[in-house]
Amino acid sequence: MQSNHWAGFVAGTWQDEINVRDFIQTNYTEYTGDHRFLAGATERTSKLMDKVQALFAQERKNGGVLDIDTDTVSSLTSYAPGYIDKENELIVGMQTDSPLKRGVNPFGGIRMARQACEAYGYKLSDKVEQEFRFRTTHNDGVFRAYTDEMRKARKCHVITGLPDAYGRGRIIGDYRRVALYGIDYLIEQKQNDKRKLAENTCDRDTIRLAEELFQQIRFLGFMKEMAAMYGYDISQPAANAREAIQWTYFAYLAAIKEQNGAAMSLGRVSSFFDIYIQRDLANGTLTEQGAQELMDDFVIKLRIARHLRTPEYNELFGGDPMWITEVIGGMGNDGRTLVTKNSYRMLNTLYTLGCSSEPNLTILWSRSLPENFKRFCAKVSADTDSIQYENDDIMRPLHGDDYAIACCVSAMEIGKQMQFFGARCNLAKLLLIAINGGYDTTSGMHIGPQMPVMTDETLDFDAVMQRYSIYITWLSKLYVNTMNVIHYMHDKYAYEKTQMALHDTTVERLMAFGVAGFSVVADSLSAIKHAQVHPIKDSDGYIVDFDTQGTFPRYGNDDDRVDFIARDIAHQVITELRKTPTYRDAIHTLSVLTITSNVMYGKHTGATPDGREAGTPFAPGANPMHNREENGALASLNSVAKIRYEDCRDGISNTFSITPEALGKTEEQRIDNLVSILDGYFAKKAHHINVNVLNRETLIKAYENPDAYPNLTIRVSGYAVNFNKLSREQQREVISRTFHESI
Amino acid sequence: MSTGYIHSIQSLGTVDGPGVRFVVFVQGCPLRCSCCHNPDTWAVQEGTVHTPTEIVEKAKRYRDYFGDKGGITLSGGEPLLQPAFARDVFALCHQAGIHTCLDTSGCILNAEVKALLAETDRVLLDWKYTDEALYRTHVGCSMEAVRAFLTYLNEQQIPVTLRQVIIPTINDTAENVQRLQDVAQQHPCVDKMELLPFRKLCQSKYDTLGIPFPFGHLPEPSKHTMDTLSAILKTAL
Repeated sequence: MQSNHWAGFVAGTWQDEINVRDFIQTNYTEYTGDHRFLAGATERTSKLMDKVQALFAQERKNGGVLDIDTDTVSSLTSYAPGYIDKENELIVGMQTDSPLKRGVNPFGGIRMARQACEAYGYKLSDKVEQEFRFRTTHNDGVFRAYTDEMRKARKCHVITGLPDAYGRGRIIGDYRRVALYGIDYLIEQKQNDKRKLAENTCDRDTIRLAEELFQQIRFLGFMKEMAAMYGYDISQPAANAREAIQWTYFAYLAAIKEQNGAAMSLGRVSSFFDIYIQRDLANGTLTEQGAQELMDDFVIKLRIARHLRTPEYNELFGGDPMWITEVIGGMGNDGRTLVTKNSYRMLNTLYTLGCSSEPNLTILWSRSLPENFKRFCAKVSADTDSIQYENDDIMRPLHGDDYAIACCVSAMEIGKQMQFFGARCNLAKLLLIAINGGYDTTSGMHIGPQMPVMTDETLDFDAVMQRYSIYITWLSKLYVNTMNVIHYMHDKYAYEKTQMALHDTTVERLMAFGVAGFSVVADSLSAIKHAQVHPIKDSDGYIVDFDTQGTFPRYGNDDDRVDFIARDIAHQVITELRKTPTYRDAIHTLSVLTITSNVMYGKHTGATPDGREAGTPFAPGANPMHNREENGALASLNSVAKIRYEDCRDGISNTFSITPEALGKTEEQRIDNLVSILDGYFAKKAHHINVNVLNRETLIKAYENPDAYPNLTIRVSGYAVNFNKLSREQQREVISRTFHESI
Repeated sequence: MSTGYIHSIQSLGTVDGPGVRFVVFVQGCPLRCSCCHNPDTWAVQEGTVHTPTEIVEKAKRYRDYFGDKGGITLSGGEPLLQPAFARDVFALCHQAGIHTCLDTSGCILNAEVKALLAETDRVLLDWKYTDEALYRTHVGCSMEAVRAFLTYLNEQQIPVTLRQVIIPTINDTAENVQRLQDVAQQHPCVDKMELLPFRKLCQSKYDTLGIPFPFGHLPEPSKHTMDTLSAILKTAL
């Protein structure tokens, strides 16, 4: 196509086909300088942000939810336009008709929507109840097809958190396409794809795709209508930076109006916007100050995005997150960095608007990133605790140089790959079930292969591993099958047509499995191998506790004797998962990530051979268990770095908390040292790290006096949260974690 | 090859030498300073026994983190009590291209120590007091040894960070800091100075050992005191 809105851009194949990556590569300007060009917040921005802060305060006061529209089912055009302050907003669009008012989205499951309303003192309207009375939700579909064993696995919490009652999320639309091409061209391309299907045999896959394309086209149309309600015509490409940001935001907004998926990530927009900003700066229609204002306004919109959740949901995903993950930085395949001035502006919003949990700013770290940028990131970490880091050098070879992160750590090529999200299974609980021959002592249920309880006075490592392997094989098959049911039904009853309209018609699918209790299992197996573990049985003859004598190496001390046990378990689990075929031929992937569910998983798991008491929290993600590290922070990082990314392509999450004093004496030294730590960790092929630079005392003070710390942001498993939004239990768990202190 | 007695290892050290450092705390010290933060490292012939190769193999696992400034630091305890071991560790580090830093009181200078210093890239020299009487009272020996040590470092042109712990009522005066400054100026090998605040976190270690903490009754210095005294250094150097 051709458009006079593209004047000044370098031509390329992006004009002949949908190819945002090619547009970026042919047009962007890398930036290797420092942060001193940045502008601060304008008076307009500060005033707008003050209004938003007041709304946040009111939301906290109301118990976490400001308001709910219980009469309207959330969709692209179902609400009248909403504003914070219409005259002073540069970027417009709201999920409902008023800021922070939450809509209901019962497509995942009507019960969840109903309970969520009730939890905050509202009642889902009869109108919505009536509408969904004769409608099958995703949740209905899944439970129609679940086998007895799937229900049992779910009930006893050996597999938990599955997206069978809520939107699965973890899909990133290529929202940039709307800005670059306009809606009309996108519709035209999808219509072509649909027409081409006529050449195929009309088999199940083709029929399904034909219906999906119909839905995609329809919702692209709705997106245009939605924008029109705000006074914008997005049928054509964006003509300038403000429009590029506005068009992209409309696309994202449409997605979060249509879907309340667990993680609704943004993608990789900063350097894409930079191209438009550079063009406007060059032709004198925009100033640096103006560019920052546009980014600030965009980010304000992201900060007020909300979904309505139940308290049970918050147990898994604490802190009311949306995971509006935006990746920043990284390198291009040609060796140029993808850092632009707008990468800095995006990070600068943490100063212009104050620190925040959303958007979930994620630095794609490469050894080759410009030194100035590395240092600025380290400074932002030390100042705000709001950003995370992931290893571009190990993801780029797999996903190319235009990938983004969904949720916390899930990499996917934008517009070309999508994910079937699969929560996680509890490996620590599985170990106990195995030792007990298919009996779960916490729920009192028999599950899995049935065999005698292990009778050894002292547990033998080889015998336990042999037994454990049988159960890993059993659970892996059950887990894949369960996921197949869930995603078949999600596609059928809650298909993400808006987001998938912003993908290529033919996509690669990833099916993301996960494990919890990783370090507990590693240490427990290490105890069995290197110390003497005597099982303690209850009156029914089931093993409910362990008497562990002697010392054993613990994960987190850079000791191969236990770290390789951890590494090998991850390998074994993914190998077993791969043996069962997936729905739509998705590629099996695995994560070691728990969000905040490590508390809940621990609650449902008995005492373990590593000395962990029954019901106590696991460490989050791939973190070593709290306070078992004896050789300091880098030893702990080295242990985690041994888990192979090839085995865990859905990410390996590690949260690292260090006191400012332990990082260095001066700000300059702290920045230097943090850069060295990140370079070192990622050179070891580690995947992810959250960095918190703070004192435990601060958290204790915030725990005791929440009102004094309304904006305290900390990084947890793969995202940032406002500390006050965590449950008391989750807060206590965060406080109990290892803080690396100076000696 | 030699073996050494090790108290503990800290894989991330950022306050004992430049950059990110792998810090090895050796076991055993001949001094009994009233302000000592690590009384658990005093006893000799305790701790775990390691060969230099074992230590350096461990350190190498962290070289990716060292960047262009970091490396290994031997601290303690007093590394000069195990000079052959310390020298072997540093020599192996140099073979591997790892920067070496020695955190010491400078209380011993003999042929073995000189061999160790030949493999040392930087010395963190704890100049405990600038006053002979205080030194005798609170360290238990004369300042002659540390003076000779610094003179030798100067001759060998080994870069030195001169350090002192600031203890309220004992040495928290401008005059003291000025005298420390004078020491530095008389020895061009000193290119960096650090004043460290006296800390009492170690009280629990004394309690565990069942021995009194001689300075346990003194307060920690205020941030204001530290800033004021550090400002003197900045203007003087």
